[in-house]
Amino acid sequence: MKKFDIVVVGGGHAGIEAASVGARMGCSVGLITMDRYALGRLSCNPAIGGTAKGHLVREIDALGGIMGKIADPTGIQFRMLNKSKGPAVWSLRCQSDRKLYSAEAYRVIDSTENLEIVEDSAIGVLTENGKVVGVKTQSRNDILCNALILSSGTFLNGLMHTGLNKTIGGRHGEQSSTGITESLVNLGFEYGRLKTGTPPRLRKDTINWNILEEQPGDENPEPFSYQTDISKFPVLPQVSCHISYTDKEVHKILEKGFEFSPMFTGRIQGVGPRYCPSIEDKIVRFADKEKHQLFLEPEGLDSDLIYLNGFSSSLPAEIQYEALKKIKGLENVEMVRPGYAVEYDFFPPHQVDLTLETKLIDGLYFAGQINGTSGYEEAAAQGLIAGINAALKIQGKPEFILKRSQAYIGVLIDDLVTKSTDEPYRMFTSRAEHRLLLRQDNADRRLMKFGFDFGLIPKELFEKVNIREKTIVGGIDYCQTKKYHAREINTFLNATNSNEIDSTETISKLCKRPEIHLKQLLEFNGSINEKAAIDLLKDEIALQQTEIELKYEGYIQRQYEAIAKLERYETTTIPLNFDFNKIKHLSTEGKSKLNKVKPRSIGQASRISGVTPSDISILLVYLKN
Amino acid sequence: MNEDTIVALATPAGVGAISIIRVSGSKAFAVTDRFFFGKIKIENAATHTLHYGYIKNQDEEKIDDVLISVFRAPNSYTGEDSIEINTHGNPLIVQKIIELLVSVDEVRLAEPGEFTKRAFLNSRLDLTEAEAVADVINSRTEASFRGARNQLDGFLSARVNDLRSQLLNLSSFIELELDFAEEDIEFVNLDELSKRVDSIIIEIDTLLESYEFGRVIRDGVNVAIVGRPNVGKSSLLNYILKESRAIVSEIPGTTRDVIREEVSINGILFRLFDTAGIRISEDTIEREGILRSQETVRNSDVIIFLEDVKQGESRELQKDLLDLSSPDKIIKVLNKIDLDSTSEISADVKISAKTGEGIDRLFFKLKEKAIGSSSYTEKTAIVTNLRHHNCLKKSRENLINARESIIKKMSGEFISVDLRNAEMTLAEIIGEVTTEDILNNIFMKFCIGK
Ligand SMILES: Cc1cc2nc3c(=O)[nH]c(=O)nc-3n(C[C@H](O)[C@H](O)[C@H](O)COP(=O)(O)OP(=O)(O)OC[C@H]3O[C@@H](n4cnc5c(N)ncnc54)[C@H](O)[C@@H]3O)c2cc1C
Ligand SMILES: Nc1nc2c(ncn2[C@@H]2O[C@H](COP(=O)(O)OP(=O)(O)OP(=O)(O)O)[C@@H](O)[C@H]2O)c(=O)[nH]1
Ligand SMILES: [Mg+2]
Repeated sequence: MKKFDIVVVGGGHAGIEAASVGARMGCSVGLITMDRYALGRLSCNPAIGGTAKGHLVREIDALGGIMGKIADPTGIQFRMLNKSKGPAVWSLRCQSDRKLYSAEAYRVIDSTENLEIVEDSAIGVLTENGKVVGVKTQSRNDILCNALILSSGTFLNGLMHTGLNKTIGGRHGEQSSTGITESLVNLGFEYGRLKTGTPPRLRKDTINWNILEEQPGDENPEPFSYQTDISKFPVLPQVSCHISYTDKEVHKILEKGFEFSPMFTGRIQGVGPRYCPSIEDKIVRFADKEKHQLFLEPEGLDSDLIYLNGFSSSLPAEIQYEALKKIKGLENVEMVRPGYAVEYDFFPPHQVDLTLETKLIDGLYFAGQINGTSGYEEAAAQGLIAGINAALKIQGKPEFILKRSQAYIGVLIDDLVTKSTDEPYRMFTSRAEHRLLLRQDNADRRLMKFGFDFGLIPKELFEKVNIREKTIVGGIDYCQTKKYHAREINTFLNATNSNEIDSTETISKLCKRPEIHLKQLLEFNGSINEKAAIDLLKDEIALQQTEIELKYEGYIQRQYEAIAKLERYETTTIPLNFDFNKIKHLSTEGKSKLNKVKPRSIGQASRISGVTPSDISILLVYLKN
Repeated sequence: MNEDTIVALATPAGVGAISIIRVSGSKAFAVTDRFFFGKIKIENAATHTLHYGYIKNQDEEKIDDVLISVFRAPNSYTGEDSIEINTHGNPLIVQKIIELLVSVDEVRLAEPGEFTKRAFLNSRLDLTEAEAVADVINSRTEASFRGARNQLDGFLSARVNDLRSQLLNLSSFIELELDFAEEDIEFVNLDELSKRVDSIIIEIDTLLESYEFGRVIRDGVNVAIVGRPNVGKSSLLNYILKESRAIVSEIPGTTRDVIREEVSINGILFRLFDTAGIRISEDTIEREGILRSQETVRNSDVIIFLEDVKQGESRELQKDLLDLSSPDKIIKVLNKIDLDSTSEISADVKISAKTGEGIDRLFFKLKEKAIGSSSYTEKTAIVTNLRHHNCLKKSRENLINARESIIKKMSGEFISVDLRNAEMTLAEIIGEVTTEDILNNIFMKFCIGK
């Protein structure tokens, strides 16, 4: 019988990260997936990143994950979103060539040592004495392992709906997965049902492009990965998206189909995401809105398909088609495939720990959509963390948990475990209370040390980041001490329409003026010869980091203070398997919630809804004992 | 552990021979040294030593002479630096001293059971003792759930909740713009935002102002009833209490010791002190009499200076009272007008403690002295708790920062830092809000998502 250190079930975005990282950390890994050519398939939107998700991709990359490295060479449009806002909410997004993306994922996985792709369907989890020992498959013998990572996406008892038609399957043209849910329920897991949807695909050359508003990518695009060679980027030719709108007439046609809607008729029981509503949902919930924006996104360079972002629907195909034709630019459109909704099983994530190992079964991990999230990036982030922890555990090393104050990934997993979820969870920048510190531009400074320690980041890269860190620290110090005299700088200030100064002022203070850039302050008289300043000017990224830290110093400082205030709670740990029932003074609701979530720290406990401040005081009292 | 320093009365409330005020926490010594004047600084005193000296207020006025015991961490009940102030058993003095101590930053009144809780946290108690502590914490929350603890808090939390939901709405607008920038939705306009922040600041200001009289309403107003023997001081007390609490007789000098009683008038707690009559011989006042009531007068918020139609005015006594207190604290009341309704003697209020005539006017005067002309009714939201007051103050500071960011046209995530802090500080008063609430609000109100 075959045996691996780690077996990963499902080669989606979570699965390939988990398998790749496990193998690169020295474990033997088997990746069981139904179709090797579907590795890393973009089930829905052909795009990676976006608000808050772009942050996740950068963090995954800094830790040594593969998502950014796959997205960079296969992206056909890169845009930094939110450029008009402050740097903390800039987010990188790219349109991907759907075919090339999975091809690249396959290439990366297939060329990873210690990693074997097993084309099969997993149908059951094997355990002994509360510990995972292997997995049952459809067409071969049981496969044994020390750690099992389930990342089966939308496939568990997947059911697709278009109008009142139901098809069993996890994704268009793919089978669903049965057996896993049942075997987990037998082990005592609780499961639920969620739904998500996808819009119709249109034939590219049947759209009247001339009358649509064009949305090009950035002129000087940035890649996701810290390891992508900028001089050869972007790799592929860059294309535009286009924008159109629905109108009242379109809404009226769609309304005709409501009586055949699997949602409105109650055929779909799963809960859908509020931030990704179907077009029919939008019409009902926001009845006073006369139009809704739609994006026409290319599915690939040589694909003749267009993805109609914003028009997700599970209404009958005829209705979708009739409505499409009333949309500007789509008068003669050919609908290649209607939109559909998919319902699937998930396991409410309070059942996993912050390492993503399940609380019930030793060595069993859940990652990705199975934990109730939605989105490729959310899935990949979990896959990475599950993979790292599985490997660490097998090697007898301490677990790896990122704090909310360290990374979006920390926020993501803490939210899942602590608050659980009953609707598909996706990341937003507003979920990160320490948002100003967790920027996509400093993911390397925050996280690369961990990736390096796990052996996932090349030494040269890490050294470069360390040298840069010294430049930044030296630069900040320099700017806070170096003063300019009025007579040397006022001419420059005048020229930049900035107020003159009276006597002297530090660079740091001047830099806080919105109209002034640090680079100008270092360069304006051409005479600076201090090493710290020269180093800064030589390294554009260090210069940018220094500028951000100086410009927003007050705000950043306040965030650090907030973290410090909470630190005591975050560092007061609760022992594993602590029995909250034995504290009779806890409120009944508090007790049951605590037992359910099994928080690791007082900080985590305090975020559980239903746990009161007095419960926390009482816990503190007992933990002291 | 960076906890506040806490203060509380350790002996039962009321008049006793001595009272003990306990102070515990990292600032215990420093804060005591601000007001204590003795041979050495408490900061420099050895543990388990006793020190004699005076407590003086900010204006260097002496409040009482005291004995202070010093306990250095970890050798104290709580395990923290602690001191105990032994004062004379006069509730007014105790209150004055406690108020002085908690006027310092990071020093506050202890919550019930808090000394013991700290003792436990610093491993000074065993498990059974700890369970007793948990009981205290529990019963306290139960009480607050029932809302029985204090109706005043109910009005306040309603107001604070309203402010929080206003802030939550503002945050939602801002987050919408940040997290859903790609959507075609109308975003918040900065002028509008700034106006709404301003209006929240104004509401907080109103609450902060209410603290001035809010404290009066919660802590009660100390009212001394003073006057010559037999003018009817005890009768007045009894009339207000609607019971025969103090002995009344036609013999002058009936009341010997200060009698203290609490009564709520129009929702305000008054603490009435019936004093021994002050005798006056031909033209000199018996100083001894004044001395006895002096302390009470000096520590009162309001003084009912009682005269009666039979004995007439005593200008000397009035003058002495003015020396001890300030004119705006004194209500001059003429009693026994049932005996002579045409008396020409001037007074702020004329009453009869026998028939009750004029008592309503007296109540009105008392309320006026206590909370000024503010339009307090029993349903006004007021701040009575120092911690709440501090939260509001902090929240206000956050909002000022937020407004500054708006004026500087900073991007939303910067404005959001302070709006969220403002909201969280308010939340500390009543409950907690999470980012989930902000998102929920967004999903409810706006059409977003593709
Ligand atoms: C129709 C549809 C619409 C979506 N819409 C959106 C959207 O609008 N917005 C958004 O953010 N996200 C959307 N998603 C979600 C997004 O695709 C997922 O969140 C993301 O792909 C999840 O990644 P994953 O790794 O968990 O699983 P997936 O990417 O789903 O990958 C699962 C993989 O596991 C394999 N597998 C499953 N079970 C087994 C088994 N038993 N044995 C072997 N292999 C197995 C499958 O073949 C598949 O390759 C949508 C998904 C679908 C299907
Ligand atoms: N007619 C009349 N008699 C009053 C009134 N108030 C008090 N008396 C009487 O005056 C006498 C003295 O009243 P007390 O209340 O004992 O006076 P006191 O000021 O407390 O006196 P000391 O305690 O001795 O200082 C008693 O006989 C009362 O009945 C009043 O309003 N009208
Ligand atoms: Mg009397």
